[in-house]
Amino acid sequence: MASSSWLLMRRSRALIHHKNFSFYSLFSSSSCSSSSPLLKKPHAQSAGYSNNYSSAHHHFRFLRRFESTKAEAAQLELQHYVTDDDDNNRAIDFPGGKVAFTSEMRFISEASQKRVPCYRVLDDNGMAMKYSNYVQISKEMAVKMYSDMVTLQTMDSIFYEVQRQGRISFYLTSIGEEAVNIGSAAALSSDDIILPQYREPGVLLWRGFTLQQFVDQLFGNKSDLGKGRQMPIHYGSNKHNYFTVSSPIATQLPQAVGAAYSLKMDGKSACAVTYFGDGSTSEGDFHAGLNFAAVMDAPVIFICRNNGWAISTPVEEQFRSDGVVVKGQAYGIWSIRVDGNDALAVYSAVHTAREIAIKEKRPVLIEALTYRVGHHSTSDDSTKYRPIDEIEYWKMERNPVNRFKRWVERNGWWNDSNESELRSSLRKQLMQAIQVAEKAQKPPLEDMFNDVYDRLPSNLEEQERVLREIVKKHPEDYPSDVPL
Amino acid sequence: MAALFQAPTAFSSSNSLDSNKFNHSPSPRSLSERKSSILTVRSDARSNPLLNSAAHKPHRFITNAVATKPDTSLASTSSKPGHELLLFEALREGLEEEMERDPRVCVMGEDVGHYGGSYKVTKGLATKFGDLRVLDTPIAENSFTGMGIGAAMTGLRPIIEGMNMGFLLLAFNQISNNCGMLHYTSGGQFKIPVVIRGPGGVGRQLGAEHSQRLESYFQSIPGIQMVACSTPYNAKGLMKAAIRSENPVILFEHVLLYNLKDRIPDEEYVLSLEEAEMVRPGEHVTILTYSRMRYHVMQAAKTLVNKGYDPEVIDIRSLKPFDLHTIGKSVKKTHRVLIVEECMRTGGIGASLTAAITENFNDDLDAPIVCLSSQDVPTPYAGTLEEWTVVQPAQIVTAVEQLCQ
Repeated sequence: MASSSWLLMRRSRALIHHKNFSFYSLFSSSSCSSSSPLLKKPHAQSAGYSNNYSSAHHHFRFLRRFESTKAEAAQLELQHYVTDDDDNNRAIDFPGGKVAFTSEMRFISEASQKRVPCYRVLDDNGMAMKYSNYVQISKEMAVKMYSDMVTLQTMDSIFYEVQRQGRISFYLTSIGEEAVNIGSAAALSSDDIILPQYREPGVLLWRGFTLQQFVDQLFGNKSDLGKGRQMPIHYGSNKHNYFTVSSPIATQLPQAVGAAYSLKMDGKSACAVTYFGDGSTSEGDFHAGLNFAAVMDAPVIFICRNNGWAISTPVEEQFRSDGVVVKGQAYGIWSIRVDGNDALAVYSAVHTAREIAIKEKRPVLIEALTYRVGHHSTSDDSTKYRPIDEIEYWKMERNPVNRFKRWVERNGWWNDSNESELRSSLRKQLMQAIQVAEKAQKPPLEDMFNDVYDRLPSNLEEQERVLREIVKKHPEDYPSDVPL
Repeated sequence: MAALFQAPTAFSSSNSLDSNKFNHSPSPRSLSERKSSILTVRSDARSNPLLNSAAHKPHRFITNAVATKPDTSLASTSSKPGHELLLFEALREGLEEEMERDPRVCVMGEDVGHYGGSYKVTKGLATKFGDLRVLDTPIAENSFTGMGIGAAMTGLRPIIEGMNMGFLLLAFNQISNNCGMLHYTSGGQFKIPVVIRGPGGVGRQLGAEHSQRLESYFQSIPGIQMVACSTPYNAKGLMKAAIRSENPVILFEHVLLYNLKDRIPDEEYVLSLEEAEMVRPGEHVTILTYSRMRYHVMQAAKTLVNKGYDPEVIDIRSLKPFDLHTIGKSVKKTHRVLIVEECMRTGGIGASLTAAITENFNDDLDAPIVCLSSQDVPTPYAGTLEEWTVVQPAQIVTAVEQLCQ
């Protein structure tokens, strides 16, 4: 089932390519024939640099991302590269291969006429659209996906409140991105190595990290796998193949290439999957990571959660390209743009991408368009830089959890009593877990010094001894819940 | 982190074997020709005749400490144990042995594959081990360092080569925030056994950007170890130790020392990463140095001996952590310390070492510690100026004379 959808997509790739060509030729009246269109047809051609620049520039800078671009499209008449038969015979050799040449001086416009379309399966009401092709999922899978999305949602709202109450120091939510989290996680195998940014706890949840384990990390108690060393949200679990979250942005991208390289050397049927936001695509590591993955034929899936905001920086101020998907081709990587709030679309795309990555040993880029409903973190108040009704709109009308719920319900796999049961059970479990975590002891003092190296070196031993002496002398100045 | 210690008895029995296999050209010996016993040697010159001979060999280093010409003693070395090679070949030998021993060891960097590396340390390895284990990367230091870290977290043991140490400044983020930290922040779940190596130090008119001394910048990073090699013998031993270590290790090589020729044992040996090397025992003053400055110090030592002084020269080798045991023993004996380094005055290894010795051995000092370092200037391109930015033997002699008044 799955492989046939892959084949379907492969065949349709060629189709899409041709469609683009014909589309361009519709708009430019001298598609295949004339040799100097610039001079002959002034009204139709906009091959001149200034024309393209101002209109396309205007188009992307001042329009809201999600509005339709059809009004502007008619005005943009980009002269696409068309190779005549003559040109094919006149090719020249350069390092990097043969390239046809042309006597027309034409600059490639900074953006295509049309934005890359977005793959989606379900409409806003959770109905599978006609002629949509997607990877089928079973009832068990669908129910688990939906339950985990609800769990993630509930976890986020409760933990956010816990931070507000001052019981934990920090938190950041993934509200609005549940479909990206769970949809992608469900399409992967447990052997695939995950290198997260920090807004993907859903992937860890899917793999079996318990609520108690999540809470233990938030409280930094002695049961935390990280031994209380990192700030909340920086989960990591070797057992679940989920690399520990590291705060600097985009550093995980080249690391993903390394992990994939390691899988390739071992001949494993698995890939590395790394997540990052729209803001990360500005970092040097993004560009080098994609380039490396392409050059090294590394089986990596790069999943960009384009949620529109990097703290207070909107995407219009982050890059000028048509989002992130167009950057893939620049590095020689297969890419797709997906409706990140459509769990089925995310699932299908990641499922297929995984097959491509593993069978063909190559990277794939997925841009999941979504929206960051919550604030960047508990240290941020996003109402300061974006309108409240925008946030409300995405929270209610474009809610990915509700959308998927309607599809699951329509299939007869979920009903209201399941819903209330799940939500109340979750609340209870979470409250219970929080109580347990809060009361638990913190990691002992020795955990401050070990694991810096594989064994405790003498200088750290000395420093620990000195610290213990000081604590012994002045116990009132040191926290009482840290066992010595 | 502990090393194995064995009495160096294996040498005497290997003489007869080696005389048949001796050849004049400094090419690496094949592994099959060598004995398989591991020999790990303590760097105590008194008990090990081999180390003594290596240390006292008359290197003709003047103010330009670079490659020796093959001297006339070559003809008479057919009866000596071991084999001769250049420092970069010693590094390669160590690397090759480790890659054969453990299939998880791999190399990544710019031009390390078929080009063999900018200083030929990886020459021939790509042909032998394949393109996947000796990986050529695009030019993005932060990224291939990150790649090495990701590979290490997944079970490989990468050696990351910076074409010049200075370029690793671009990898600072990955080295500091990830390499040094992830073992700790993951609660010990993920380990990062990488080796980051490359040529550094002031060369011969390479320009300011290619004459960086990165040990100063990296020394505070928790979680990493730093070692500097200075002879073919310790280059190979440290390379092997670094690869076998479970911690991330930065191995500092020096651009001008790659063509040093010396004789190293045929037997396998691994040195300790945390140990200093006694180069010349003495009584009057302890001179602590590392990397290329070792040779300037030894040059100055000759002059000092002629003037009647008896300096004790220690190549500290381990830049993080310092081998305070060996250093302390020496300080307690001589009561005077001179540090000779190539780092800049401010914030260099010498600065940290001065602090460490003062804190720990203040009572044993008869005079304040003197530290000779490069000036706080970018390395000038002009040859004469470059020469004077680096500590010269004449300065070392003067400093010792003043210290011992």
